[in-house]
Amino acid sequence: MSDASARLSAPVPRYADRMREGFAVRALLILLALAFLVLFLFLPLVSVFAEAFKRGFDAYLAAFDDPDAMAAIRLTLIVAAIAVPFNVVVGIAAAWAIAKFDFKGKNLLTSLIDLPFSVSPVIAGLIYVLLFGAQGYFGTWLKAHDIEIIFAVPGIVLATVFVTFPFVARELIPHLQALGKDDEEAALTLGASGWRTFFKITLPNVKWSLLYGVLLCNARAMGEFGAVSVVSGRIRGLTTTIPTQIEILYNEYNGVAAFALASLLAALALITLVLKTFLEWRYADSIAASRHS
Amino acid sequence: MSLVASEVRWRKPSILPGFGLAFGLTLSVMCLIVLIPLAALVIKAASAGPADILAIATSPRTLAALRLSFGAAFIAAIVNAAFGLLIAWILVRYRFPGRRLIDAAVDLPFALPTAVAGIALSAIYAPNGWVGSIAEAHGFKIAYTPTGVLVALIFIGLPFVVRSVQPVLEESEVDIEEAAALLGASRLRTIFRVILPAVAPALLTGFVLAFARAIGEYGSVIFIAGNIPMISEIAPLLIVIRLEQFDYAGAAVVGMLMLLAAFLLIFLINLLQAWSRKRLGDV
Repeated sequence: MSDASARLSAPVPRYADRMREGFAVRALLILLALAFLVLFLFLPLVSVFAEAFKRGFDAYLAAFDDPDAMAAIRLTLIVAAIAVPFNVVVGIAAAWAIAKFDFKGKNLLTSLIDLPFSVSPVIAGLIYVLLFGAQGYFGTWLKAHDIEIIFAVPGIVLATVFVTFPFVARELIPHLQALGKDDEEAALTLGASGWRTFFKITLPNVKWSLLYGVLLCNARAMGEFGAVSVVSGRIRGLTTTIPTQIEILYNEYNGVAAFALASLLAALALITLVLKTFLEWRYADSIAASRHS
Repeated sequence: MSLVASEVRWRKPSILPGFGLAFGLTLSVMCLIVLIPLAALVIKAASAGPADILAIATSPRTLAALRLSFGAAFIAAIVNAAFGLLIAWILVRYRFPGRRLIDAAVDLPFALPTAVAGIALSAIYAPNGWVGSIAEAHGFKIAYTPTGVLVALIFIGLPFVVRSVQPVLEESEVDIEEAAALLGASRLRTIFRVILPAVAPALLTGFVLAFARAIGEYGSVIFIAGNIPMISEIAPLLIVIRLEQFDYAGAAVVGMLMLLAAFLLIFLINLLQAWSRKRLGDV
């Protein structure tokens, strides 16, 4: 009897306390997470700009007053201008085939599309060197026909296409699958042609996830280092892209110039993140399907 | 006639047009850009012959590079699993100023080119850097050691865990936790017996994704690693060095070992995702 009353009068933790952590625990967890993020994310980002402007604004600008740097910027833009549209077309085709049709081997094809994400960028470069390099399988033939792929722009484009191959398709497939094919079937039944249906119905439906995929594809295309570094030979002013030029400058202890070029890519990354966040926030419903895949 | 019949068996008929074009284009590009070049790697490696393959694969330098790549990737993935879970948790469950900013910033390692991350990390963690100088004062060296490799791999792997766990935490039902609390479970018990088991498949998927990415990582590592053979030389760098020496077979064999690991991990990720779907009950 006394035992039971003692139990009743004992302080029972309130239900609310058992539903969430106390204030001190919450504050501690948040601080711990923030400390980790500062060390591993924010400091690196800040240091890019701090190092770039270490010797002042003029030294920063002087880094771009260099024909090699300008050639690297130009080549990066050219490579992205080829690789991104190419992967947009192929990505849309892949998404159309996979999301709108049922066929055998569909799961295998979907896994294969993601394959370049799982392969080391160095391997992405290596495979093309083995095929088209001077001692590669097609090396002698290419040399006889005076075609340069490795240590030249075509190789850089190929390697970039490889590493950015999955971006567009993997954003579009879940979205197209979630939308179903009723709209397209209605349009076709009403007499629209296949292309008209695609351009008037399908494309507008998925435009935001397409833009999202293009954004990520472009960021990677302009920033790819490992694969490009292997196939390009890093010939100054000829086959250096911004990332490989950064490596050359950094290894020459030209820190300000290296970080000045790096600040361009860091700015691109920040713009990509802002646009990405905006798209996720503004068109959350439209893109939700692809986020939870 | 027989062609039509076989096509019907192969894919379900649909009134939507363009399958042939879309599928044909996808498959051709896939073969030309991805499959044939990867096959060339396997053929090149295999053509070295079993004795040479074994000699290259078991040479001390190859073994040291593979051990570092896999070991550092594994430790980095464990660190990322712990902090990734923590970050996903505070982002989903707590409200604090700057939460949205942090949510967006988690993707930074996806967006920041690896070479930029590499020079930035080595600038900070070098003995004269912001963090490196503090570590140096306490007798630690981070950059130009295997610890530097670890730092770079933690950086690039973080988003994988956060982005795997976050949606699961967002969708997990708070009523289950309420039920546990009403039934008298302490908060700690609820976390370990109710919440963690629910996010376990997603956490493990994030772990494997981070691990897989870290094994092959090159750009962010080579600047901070110091690249001392046998000590801080990662496997992808060894491939690059072999290529620069025109030792194609040596590069191909190391490349094939890494490709093999990548395939095993893809298989594991697919198993994990199937388990995760079964666990969460949505298809």
